[in-house]
Amino acid sequence: MEYSFSLYVTGQKPASRSAIGNLQRLCDEHIPGRYEIRIVDILENPQVAEREKILATPMVVRQSPEPIRRVIGDLSNTDKVLEGLDLLQAAPMSRSQFGGSLT
Amino acid sequence: MTEHSIGGKVQTGIAGFDHIAFGGLPRNRNTLVAGTAGSGKSVFGLQFLFSGATMDNEAGVLVAFEEPPGDLMQNVRTFGWDLEKLVRERKLAVVDATATVDDEATVAGTYDLSALLVRIEAAIGAVNAKRVVLDSVGALFTQFDDGGLVRRELHRIGARLRGLGLTTISTAERVEEDGGIGRFGVEDFVADNVIVLRNRLDGERRRRTMEIVKLRGGPHYKGEYPFTIDLEEGIAVIPLSAIQLSQKSSTERMSSGVAELDEMCGGGLYRDSIVLVSGATGTGKTMLVSHFLKAGFDAGERVLLFAAEESKEQLARNAAAWGIDFGKAERDGLLKVVCRLPETMGLEDHLIHMRRDIAHFKPMRVAIDSMTALERASSMKSFREFLIGLVTNLKHLGVSAMLTTSSAMLSVTESATEIHISTMTDTIILLRYIEISSEMRRGVTVLKMRGARHERAIREYTIDGTGMKIGTAFRNIHGILGGSPTYMFTPGPSDVLAPDRPR
Repeated sequence: MEYSFSLYVTGQKPASRSAIGNLQRLCDEHIPGRYEIRIVDILENPQVAEREKILATPMVVRQSPEPIRRVIGDLSNTDKVLEGLDLLQAAPMSRSQFGGSLT
Repeated sequence: MTEHSIGGKVQTGIAGFDHIAFGGLPRNRNTLVAGTAGSGKSVFGLQFLFSGATMDNEAGVLVAFEEPPGDLMQNVRTFGWDLEKLVRERKLAVVDATATVDDEATVAGTYDLSALLVRIEAAIGAVNAKRVVLDSVGALFTQFDDGGLVRRELHRIGARLRGLGLTTISTAERVEEDGGIGRFGVEDFVADNVIVLRNRLDGERRRRTMEIVKLRGGPHYKGEYPFTIDLEEGIAVIPLSAIQLSQKSSTERMSSGVAELDEMCGGGLYRDSIVLVSGATGTGKTMLVSHFLKAGFDAGERVLLFAAEESKEQLARNAAAWGIDFGKAERDGLLKVVCRLPETMGLEDHLIHMRRDIAHFKPMRVAIDSMTALERASSMKSFREFLIGLVTNLKHLGVSAMLTTSSAMLSVTESATEIHISTMTDTIILLRYIEISSEMRRGVTVLKMRGARHERAIREYTIDGTGMKIGTAFRNIHGILGGSPTYMFTPGPSDVLAPDRPR
């Protein structure tokens, strides 16, 4: 997939749910069908947090395309998310091509 | 659990600290260790973890915010602490919470530091840790802009660690030596105990001190205590006034090495006494020390000499001139001579080294020649602390010691060194030049002998190929120690002014 995101959350908190919802929504709006999101609950995988040196959650990491970009928070600030993940340049596609996948 | 008992305390393993903290840090509490850059905060924390893992069988977690854990561990390798090994043995777990350099995260909405807490808890679980060190929490404030959030989260982490039954040390950087404790108001979240490390310039030397500002749930000694960061022990605090002189004094006597002097002291020196020998240059202080040591090694005791003025070879040559064989005693393992120039290190370091030498060699007698040389290389305050630290250590071990001081003037007594030393010594022996009829003679007297009768006379002595020869008392003269002897003329024999010469 062209865009690959890892979204790190801690448990089923409101902030976790908002982050998941917001990321999915923004991806659908800006890069529909061209992304995949991997959600990692670090309560279940603390070793991942250790490996990735994560302190703050929720945090989304754009793994590809390079360079790696990170955005912290429940992703409620849309402008900041688009800027942080650099999704503004991505040409939006038509709604019909919707098809993001969650893994 | 009573908080005053040792059971309620966690030993830090930091020499002297546990003493001034009445047994250590309160168990299951948070302690803030604050200090300026280079004040030894990280060493304090790592020593707490190292001694926990190696001595108290308590595993620990190191959370590194500022310096990468690898660097921190490397730094303390010089103390002989192999933290990497502890990690391999699962006695230490590490959380690397340093900022990633390559990418800065954008903040878009609310967040918290739960991930950090999850990682710390995972590390605790992995090694079943009892101790945690957060070093240094101030770095979090530079990583995250929202200071209020960081404080809140630190508070939450602190509460959680307490809930898990851990004893925590958080370090925080201070900007100045005086003034507020922390830089980011972090003291709020670890309000239990606060320790401040300082590193001031005193004269031209760095002087490190440690102060327990607050210790929840129990007493502690107040004020600043000097400490040193030593290559072998890490942090070592010199407890000074906190040391109780509760050791019982011995009534057993031992020889000073000069029979007549023993006689003057009423039968010898006390076994665990501290003897001060004061005299101008050339009066024979080093000779008396040599006699004192010889009396020890001749009796099969181990003796230790700290020389601050002369080289080992010079001392051996001197001793040989008085018929004392240092070489043989050294070969027999009964004598150890340690020569350390006073200027090479601070007095705190001298003290630590000397205490270690004494602990390793386990001597019955110790001599220091001279205290004046050590004093010259330090400030008055450091010297006083050094002296207290040394004397209490000797007393604690029940080791007898002979300390020498040089009086600046040839006959009149009293130097600054002596004023400090004299109150701490059990016995004071004065060696003085005495001018009689335009002739320099030498006199010895016992000025003080704690807990015993002693001779008050000033006796003449000479020095020859077998060392010190003490004769009889000067008669018909007074004012000798004042520096201006006056003569009392009595009719009769013509030898009125001359005391009996030793044969």
